[in-house]
Amino acid sequence: MRRFLRPGHDPVRERLKRDLFQFNKTVEHGFPHQPSALGYSPFLRLMAIGTRSGAIKLYGAPGVEFMGLHEENNTVMQIHFIPDQCQLVTLLDDNSLHLWSLKQHSGASELREEQRFTLKGPPGSPPSATQITAVLPHSSREVLYLGTESGNIFVVELPSFRVLEDRTITSEAVLQRVPEDYCNRRSCELVEALREHPKNPDQILIGYSRGLIVLWDLQNNKVTHHFLGSQQLENLYWQRDGSKFISCHYDGSYTQWPVSSDNRQPEPLENLVPYGPFPCKAISKIYWQTTKNGLPYIIFQGGMPRASYGDRHSISVVHGSQQTAFDFTSRVIDFFIIFSSEPTAEFDDPSAMVVLAEEELVVIDLKTAGWPAVHPPYLASLHCSAITCSHHVSNIPLKLWERIISAGSKQNIHYSNMPWPIDGGTNVAPDPPQRDLLLTGHEDGTVRFWDASGVCLHLLYKLSTVRVFLTDADPNDNMNTLGEDEWPPLRKVGTFDPYSDDPRLGIQKIYLCKYSGYLAVAGTAGQVLVMELDDEDAEHVVDHAEADLLQDQEGYRWKGHEKLKTRDGPVRFEAGFQPFVLVQCQPPAVVTSLALHSEWKLVAFGTSHGFGLFDHQQKRLVFVKCTLHPSDQLALEGPLSRVKSLKKSLRQSFRRIRRSRVSSRKRQGISRNASEVQEANAKYDQDALQEMELAPVQRKIEARSAEDSFTGFVRTLYFADTFLRDSSRHCPSLWAGTNGGTVYAFCLRIPPAERRMDEPVRAEQAKEIQLMHRAPVVGILVLDGRSTPLPEPLEVAHDLSKSPDMQGSHQLLVVSEEQFKVFTLPKVSSKLKLKLTALEGCRVRKVMVANFGSCKTDDYSENDLTVLTNLGDIQIISLPFLKLQIRYPCIRKEDVSGIASCVFTKYGQGFYLISPSEFERFSLSTKWLVEPRCIVDVPEVTSNNHVHKSGIENAVRKS
Amino acid sequence: EFRRFSLERSKPGKFEEFYGLLQHVHKIPNVDVLVGYTDIHGDLLPINNDDNYHKAVSTANPLLRIFIQRKEDADYSAFGTDTMTRKKNVLSNVLRPDNHKKKPHIVISMPQDFRPVSSIIDVDILPETHRRVRLYKYGTDKPLGFYIRDGSSVRVTPHGLEKVPGIFISRLVPGGLAQSTGLLAVNDEVLEVNGIEVSGKSLDQVTDMMIANSRNLIITVRPANQRNNVVRNSRTSGSSGQSTESSLPSSTPNILANFLQGEEESDEEDIIIEDSGEPQQIPKAAPTSESLESLTQIELLHESTQNGFLPSSEMNLNHSAGSVNMEYEVQDPDHKSLEEDGTIITL
Repeated sequence: MRRFLRPGHDPVRERLKRDLFQFNKTVEHGFPHQPSALGYSPFLRLMAIGTRSGAIKLYGAPGVEFMGLHEENNTVMQIHFIPDQCQLVTLLDDNSLHLWSLKQHSGASELREEQRFTLKGPPGSPPSATQITAVLPHSSREVLYLGTESGNIFVVELPSFRVLEDRTITSEAVLQRVPEDYCNRRSCELVEALREHPKNPDQILIGYSRGLIVLWDLQNNKVTHHFLGSQQLENLYWQRDGSKFISCHYDGSYTQWPVSSDNRQPEPLENLVPYGPFPCKAISKIYWQTTKNGLPYIIFQGGMPRASYGDRHSISVVHGSQQTAFDFTSRVIDFFIIFSSEPTAEFDDPSAMVVLAEEELVVIDLKTAGWPAVHPPYLASLHCSAITCSHHVSNIPLKLWERIISAGSKQNIHYSNMPWPIDGGTNVAPDPPQRDLLLTGHEDGTVRFWDASGVCLHLLYKLSTVRVFLTDADPNDNMNTLGEDEWPPLRKVGTFDPYSDDPRLGIQKIYLCKYSGYLAVAGTAGQVLVMELDDEDAEHVVDHAEADLLQDQEGYRWKGHEKLKTRDGPVRFEAGFQPFVLVQCQPPAVVTSLALHSEWKLVAFGTSHGFGLFDHQQKRLVFVKCTLHPSDQLALEGPLSRVKSLKKSLRQSFRRIRRSRVSSRKRQGISRNASEVQEANAKYDQDALQEMELAPVQRKIEARSAEDSFTGFVRTLYFADTFLRDSSRHCPSLWAGTNGGTVYAFCLRIPPAERRMDEPVRAEQAKEIQLMHRAPVVGILVLDGRSTPLPEPLEVAHDLSKSPDMQGSHQLLVVSEEQFKVFTLPKVSSKLKLKLTALEGCRVRKVMVANFGSCKTDDYSENDLTVLTNLGDIQIISLPFLKLQIRYPCIRKEDVSGIASCVFTKYGQGFYLISPSEFERFSLSTKWLVEPRCIVDVPEVTSNNHVHKSGIENAVRKS
Repeated sequence: EFRRFSLERSKPGKFEEFYGLLQHVHKIPNVDVLVGYTDIHGDLLPINNDDNYHKAVSTANPLLRIFIQRKEDADYSAFGTDTMTRKKNVLSNVLRPDNHKKKPHIVISMPQDFRPVSSIIDVDILPETHRRVRLYKYGTDKPLGFYIRDGSSVRVTPHGLEKVPGIFISRLVPGGLAQSTGLLAVNDEVLEVNGIEVSGKSLDQVTDMMIANSRNLIITVRPANQRNNVVRNSRTSGSSGQSTESSLPSSTPNILANFLQGEEESDEEDIIIEDSGEPQQIPKAAPTSESLESLTQIELLHESTQNGFLPSSEMNLNHSAGSVNMEYEVQDPDHKSLEEDGTIITL
């Protein structure tokens, strides 16, 4: 009857579970996928980014972040902040307008959608009549001017979005006093730009796409000035004092126009094609910024010579004789300039340029000579080279943290010292509970160290392993070295560089020991590097060893990539993690598992062929073990032949179909019975067709066997000091789990410290467990006498963990993709199991032990397994009794790369990629929760100082 | 030649002793023999262990007729249901081809030589439209050999007929285990896998569940061909008007639980090689009763103290199992064989 006492119905436990577990997706780190619009409020000092999936994200001072999502999931086309308000308007590609506002709610600001609106024309009018092309939030904060494709400008009231029909500016009204000959040549066409006069809120500048620009008087509802442009218009910009404005054009030119009361139809002051005389691309946006010293900054996007530089994504900054064309790594979505917004200031005095490119955010310091880039504290491009793996280390000791930061700061000397210019809002989140590092391995052979403690994922340090190897690409090949007199004066900016020179350099596994500063990284071509943190630059030889994982297996040929060539002689390394040992697996298959024991000075690594143990103190290979099944040809030949064999099998199956047709045709000659042949033909066709039809939707049900492919693939490696041979003596051991459900255990003999260099480390196979269900082993763990997972190496030595209980009997937990099993030690007998797949049809993808603390009391915490399944669910399973505690849906099951990228922390948090460039952070714990919590205050000045209102508004008017 | 002797019914003793007695009585001390008896149904059944020996003695009425054959020239196919009446019927041939069609020279006399390949189980608790099939993969080289696909089926719901997604058998591999049993067919709808309903699960999930259970797979299907269904006695068939009833009867949670526990096969034991020695099965750890907590996980500890090893004749049929079956008065010998084939495990 006991089995009817269903677990989980114990009320005390249920209450405790509520105090321990809670699922939240807290914050998105990284750079938004497919950004489509940019907005900035000089008043709030907040930046807004819209994406093609309908998200808008607001960023201010580090830690100040807001996110909103349009229900429609349509592309955000434009973002406009309402002057002097905590409000913004977004325009989507379905022509809908949305009003968002930041409101304070229980001590923190929240971004909420308030209103939505779609402009409707009179019945029967074409959709273009109301297709919005330009939006101008007026400084009165009461109305929006909406320019449309038809050339009409509609006025809607805020926040109600009521259309004020009597105030519509029709193209007919505008055209009334335009000279006949000009008017005949071109009609108004769509409204390209709307700009409010910087000093006089009653005047707005309207630019039509065919080149006509008019200054409209809102009081008298009439045109005051006509500016008869001859080139297709792209954009407009007022000078600060309102005496001039500048227009930029499709042909790569820009034009200055004077605005004075005596000439109602002035000629242009200046017309310039900056990168002429050959045909140039359009200048799509332009700024004219005045400075104290008199020389203006002219900043414009595009305008490059069409033939030779038409493919560049550039923004040019011209200041007197200085001119630089910043060359971005991806398409420029939009940009803005941060300049003095003091209403009393006479000049713009621009301080920074913020550029949103498709793949990264670049900020240029315009105040410092040489216009260096500013290191952004957030919106890091995680994908500047594709992420190949990630590793999280919680609770970094302060010493190591400072050393990593100092190594990183030496890499950042070319960045500007300017404080981050977008600094609106106040971060009121509590300080992060601990220092956490997220390490990402990349395709180009680099490892990036991110500060993952708080809301801002910030790059601390970048490590490159390329230097150890000889590659085709010369590292000294600098793309930026352009001659002084180069024209146009292009300068590459940004770090996005998705093209890897050599895919073999890719990082596959990372292991960092936070106590010793030892780091092991392993890559695609079987390379394993052990590194040590050094605060100084150094030049030294990297010791090199080879591990032949095939051993005595003969007659096999590796058809995959070759191993990486190493550099001879000493190599210069910059301060930071410097490799001192390189082990190369033979065959050079991708390293699939890695473990480092910094106390024993051992590193273990595994590939699809076997695993090895290397003593990095003595720099000696201790042993290798081949895990291959002799019939597993695929694993032997390498990844390339796998593709080939698939092709081959496809080809064969087509041949089979063809052959069957041919043979039936042959029979045609023999038997003259036409109908019979037809029948046979039909039957063959039908069979083939049936096979093809069934193929995509049916699944084969077959038990796994030892002969399956890739059974020898080493999935997990684990070091433990436990009772392997008898219950009286414990010893160091190495455990390995394979794809075929085999667990190997090796007993290690490590010489005592005083003879560590003199005697070799010895290893002896002690156990081999074959799980009958043969599912891949994804995790191995030893629980001590108190059923607590064994501590990490050096954790006890640093007084950060209780020493493990070596009195009671230890238990072995083996996690396969299908089952969790606990065995006794040293005699292996099965104690209990949880058959996940048999019960639920889901498979374990990731598993990690996490410590969960109670949010109610400080003195209670417990260890559980956090598990991610192939269905994207997260399950928490208790230790040591393997009871399912709770389950949360987390990732869509179709999102295979998201599931593959997931990494758990030791305190019940996790990260997974929601796009190539963004990590979603989630938390399973009630206690450890990192989420943005911030306040955006409306500065007092707007509510009290109505006298100065218009002046202030003009000054902070969004450009 | 015939011998007659008496045994004490209440204390029959051990099979070994009985075997020795027989050899003594017949004066054939060094000849290997097969011992059989006729049960109350007139079937010739083997006596080769304590259990069936006790059963034989207890059912003797009052005479126990024992047949002794020399092992070398024994006719193994003589044993089994209806063997004494010699009324071989088609259905049992179809359902258990291994028993009858297999080459007669294979020695299948002793119980360790028997290996079940498949069985229909839980006939007594399932609706007649459903069939619960157990495939014993263990030890065979034969592939399971079937494919499943997505599809849709019609269910009776409180809101009337409703089309719902379902999982169906799409292909049987010729010569595979699934095909050779004759119990599964293309287009049979899969309703459960080892007691877990598949409704709401994706094809991939069901695939994973089946593969995870492949060593001892129990699939409940609704056969596409409903003509071969078991027809029960009048009492049961009276309710067979609801043959379109689709959801499994929820009335038998305990039986299902029993059944599930039985399925936690001990034959799925992992293998350990200690110190590069001989491979051996990993034993179950002895249940410890140190704490209350360890009691709560008792269901995991003794998943099956009983090895569900039952060959397809009723020699291991024990009393309590018989009592379960008694609910249905068995009339048709064909169906009796089906019912008694079931693996019934008591706790």
